[in-house]
Amino acid sequence: MSAADVLAVAEHRQGGLRDVSFELITAGRELADQQGGDLHLAVVGGDVEAFAEELNREGVDAIHTVAEGEEFNHDVYVQVVEQLAADLAPGTVLMPNSVNGLDYAPAVAERLDVPIVTDAIGLSREDGTLEVTREMYGSKVETTVEVDAEEVAVTVRPTEWPQAEGEGSADVRAFDAEIDESAVRSTVTGFEEVTGGDVDISEADVLVSVGRGIEEEENIELVERLADALGATLSSSRPIVDAGWLPKNRQVGQSGKVVTPKVYIAIGISGAVQHVAGMKGSDTIVAINTDPNAPIMDLADYAIVDDLFEVVPALIEEFQ
Amino acid sequence: MKILVTVKEVAEAEDDFEIDGLGISERYLEYDLNEWDDYAVEEAVGIAEAGDDVEVVSVTIGPERAEETVRMALAKGVDRAIRVWDETLAGTEMLDVGAKADILAAVVEAEDPDLVFTGVQANDDAFGATGVALADTVGFEWAAVVNALDLDAEGGVAHVRRELEGGVEELTDVSLPAVLTIQTGINEPRYASLRGIRQAQRKELDVQGLADLGLDASVVESPVSLTAMYEPEAEGEATVFEGSAEDTAGQLADLLRDKGVVEG
Ligand SMILES: Cc1cc2nc3c(=O)[nH]c(=O)nc-3n(C[C@H](O)[C@H](O)[C@H](O)COP(=O)(O)OP(=O)(O)OC[C@H]3O[C@@H](n4cnc5c(N)ncnc54)[C@H](O)[C@@H]3O)c2cc1C
Repeated sequence: MSAADVLAVAEHRQGGLRDVSFELITAGRELADQQGGDLHLAVVGGDVEAFAEELNREGVDAIHTVAEGEEFNHDVYVQVVEQLAADLAPGTVLMPNSVNGLDYAPAVAERLDVPIVTDAIGLSREDGTLEVTREMYGSKVETTVEVDAEEVAVTVRPTEWPQAEGEGSADVRAFDAEIDESAVRSTVTGFEEVTGGDVDISEADVLVSVGRGIEEEENIELVERLADALGATLSSSRPIVDAGWLPKNRQVGQSGKVVTPKVYIAIGISGAVQHVAGMKGSDTIVAINTDPNAPIMDLADYAIVDDLFEVVPALIEEFQ
Repeated sequence: MKILVTVKEVAEAEDDFEIDGLGISERYLEYDLNEWDDYAVEEAVGIAEAGDDVEVVSVTIGPERAEETVRMALAKGVDRAIRVWDETLAGTEMLDVGAKADILAAVVEAEDPDLVFTGVQANDDAFGATGVALADTVGFEWAAVVNALDLDAEGGVAHVRRELEGGVEELTDVSLPAVLTIQTGINEPRYASLRGIRQAQRKELDVQGLADLGLDASVVESPVSLTAMYEPEAEGEATVFEGSAEDTAGQLADLLRDKGVVEG
């Protein structure tokens, strides 16, 4: 292999590959093409044979299966990816910027003694230097980060790249990793679903969604009245749930629910990436926000740039 | 037992701002304690209050201005704090994950804590990687994105929940010493009381340079550099309703009637 090659690590959970695995193929292929290299995938744990078959999409040159454990364990992943990278010597190791990605990618970079850049939304190779596009200040600005190193670890933001399709003809090989069991000091003991409860916001046609702009718990009632007037369901961004003002089953986003209503009204919500992950598939998005530069404005079909405490009462008035 | 909490002063951009070179112009920035670190501080202080003989120490890498946010942590119950800064750091444009991990590792080695709490991410640069990188550098075990902690200090195990995507939580046992990156919602951070704020003024806030930590300038040398910052191109073509609140509410009401959300 060579520094032009890319190694991407797939992600799976509870028996299924996660979408980001197929997005990594697209991102990895693009980068490998710019560098004139090959794209290698690794899949670690679970039914690796079946996963390899599914991952064998167009553009993948080789798939390395590592049958170690059933579920993700970062102590195992770190050792496997370190050994695989030492063996293949790719210039770039791509991992998902998922919760599990964040649980092992920084350690992989440490072990390999290479720099890490996280949450990439763009990757390109200019005159031999890797340029990574990422966001700062709650998605208000975009930045370019240059990495002046032969080898680098990068985590890729889920849903930024399309999923790779088309049947591939990758070479599937089993990789024998040597796991030092004494270095496995964490044990996954189970999983739990936590968003049950009275309402399923993912079923709603119309969502009135409230964010930190509401300021106080007492004010939640105001948006509740709007939801009632519209016959809509009330949902929220994370800080509202963190504060205990609404139950967890109302949270829209990466760690909450993914919703796809006909109309999503975001009130006092900035549109942080983890929130957007849960609602960007809505048919029509309406934003009410005092900040014309809030990232949610980029996503909205209709917007009101004004104080919600003025607009929401006026809106309730309209329907009474 | 000793718990080390890393805290960071983060900058937030005002609604309207201008970019000057590789940063947002200073006059549009407001500084605050990183949201995730606030929960990390609360978690540590809560453990200290529940048990005997627990010391909570905070560490930050930052200029003098950052003392304001560090004092906030002290006011909330942290026992003492360390601020790492010197001319080398002041002259560095960007500290990458590896550099931060190396500097914090030197503090961990000097303090020898049983547990380290960091926030999941800092909401300004949002790298989200320092905690795990630090853990691996010092040879501690770790868990990222922890939203519940049940500590068995005697047994040397932290029973944690890690909040995965889509409302699924992973239950994991982690051996101590460990670094946990703390997710919002794990607790209810307290407000600093007036008494706490007064007491914080008297608590120790030790400033250490790289040399004090046994490090030299090479620790900040980094192959990663920021080369551009810009406002993202507006992708959406939002129809912006104009006018008074009554006007805009009226236009939105018409839209909702058109869409069949409400009748009439
Ligand atoms: C691993 C991880 C998982 C996460 N999962 C989720 C998730 O599932 N869901 C989620 O939502 N977040 C999630 N987050 C948190 C996310 O990063 C943001 O912190 C959160 O979405 C911000 O919520 P917000 O928009 O309500 O608050 P803010 O970002 O504080 O935005 C408040 C908005 O209100 C506006 N505003 C203020 N006052 C007014 C007013 N009077 N009238 C009108 N507008 C006003 C402001 O201009 C601002 O845009 C996660 C974070 C991490 C790290």
